[in-house]
Amino acid sequence: MSQDGYPDDLLYHPEHDWARIDAEGSDPARPEATLGITWYAQDALGEVVFFEAPAVGTLLVQDAPYAEVESVKAVSDVVAPLSGEIVAVNETLADSPQLINEDPYGDGWMVRIALSDPSERDALMDAEAYFATLGG
Amino acid sequence: MPTTLRRTALYDRHVAAGAKLVEFAGWEMPVQYEGVRQEHTAVRTDVGVFDVSHMGEIETSGPQALELLQRLISNDLARVPVGGAQYGLLCREDGGVLDDLFTYRLEAERWLTVTNAANHEQDLQWWRAHVGELDVQVDDRIDDYAMLAVQGPRARELVQAISDAPLPPRMTAATRRLLGAQMLVCGTGYTGEEGVELLLAPADAPALWDELIRRGAVPAGLAARDTLRLEACYHLYGNDLSSERGPIEAGLGWCCVEDTGFVGSDAVRAVRAAGPRERLVAFAIDGPGIARQGNPIVGGGEVTSGTLSPSLGIGVGLAYVPSEHAPVGTRLQIDVRGKMRPAVVREKPLYRKGS
Repeated sequence: MSQDGYPDDLLYHPEHDWARIDAEGSDPARPEATLGITWYAQDALGEVVFFEAPAVGTLLVQDAPYAEVESVKAVSDVVAPLSGEIVAVNETLADSPQLINEDPYGDGWMVRIALSDPSERDALMDAEAYFATLGG
Repeated sequence: MPTTLRRTALYDRHVAAGAKLVEFAGWEMPVQYEGVRQEHTAVRTDVGVFDVSHMGEIETSGPQALELLQRLISNDLARVPVGGAQYGLLCREDGGVLDDLFTYRLEAERWLTVTNAANHEQDLQWWRAHVGELDVQVDDRIDDYAMLAVQGPRARELVQAISDAPLPPRMTAATRRLLGAQMLVCGTGYTGEEGVELLLAPADAPALWDELIRRGAVPAGLAARDTLRLEACYHLYGNDLSSERGPIEAGLGWCCVEDTGFVGSDAVRAVRAAGPRERLVAFAIDGPGIARQGNPIVGGGEVTSGTLSPSLGIGVGLAYVPSEHAPVGTRLQIDVRGKMRPAVVREKPLYRKGS
């Protein structure tokens, strides 16, 4: 696996989750972020067969699980890289959970949140630091 | 992975094929290659090959071999002709299940029993503890056999093409030469499909594996083996069978012949007469969600195996429920990590050819 699997415009959580904080399109006082799981996470899990997003309005707490993603064999927690309130969920994953494997940073996004504490981003890693945690 | 894990004769083939290897009962085994759904579908529609060399073998031979096996195994082995095979259980005195096993009658006084990898050592001790005064020899043959399962609608045709003689029919076994190597060919399997299981010298396994792949068999891992057996409602020891529950509860009364006097037969007879308090049922989730082993069922019972069925596209599984909840069509509520998932008791098997 090369570092190309970890885009530079994302922030990474050690539990193999990513966040894309939007520069525009949202209230600057309350920025939004899109969340998902990393290439490493989906590869370790294998073919994803089930993902049920929490409801819009659910509050996420940094470092706490907010959803589960399931392969044929296993269930894995999805951990919130940042705290906030869900403003949108990826409805297509209910019928097409394999998008999490096929396009983990694009069509496989999971939820969008309005951040409750944007400074939490300081606890996250950039792509280089995250990639280093994977041991190459 | 620690180097103490055992590897099969096909380990290098699995690595070369890009398998994801996991620890399983002390062995380093391929859990999947390309992907569990693709492997599952290959077995349902064409042909797949599994390396199940981690399974153990015990040979029982001698003038009183049958007496020992009748004492140990729940089924009636006296009914098995030379070349035949039979499924049965190993039970404790209280009826708790120690293992489920296939026994092949190789010769009149020579039998081969295939054990589950995790139970092999314990089974062997159980065998030896019951020899007593019997004129019988018990041999651990785990190092002498590799085991391949070739399964799927095209499995028999594919194996037949490299066999020196017609393959034995279902539930029988025969010695054949494949690619010049002598092996035991068994008309058995664990997928709900046609196929054979091959017991052969480990040194002969790589060439056979390569030829089966060359002829179109898809390498399939333990993950697909599990989804296939679960759709077919075959029990998995450690999930659906354990020493905590007996054969009748598990729906395996058909392979218990109490009149043979096997260890545990009195307990089995009593439960059969009184009716079991719990029964193992097949279920399907009604709606989204996948139940997993250990999920409790509202009103009593628990899931012992659960997965997404690749053939049916829904969550399915096996569960012990109070007998009054066992009839087909009964609605269940399964507590899947705090979420209530409705489910329905289904007929076994969950998947039937052509459904």
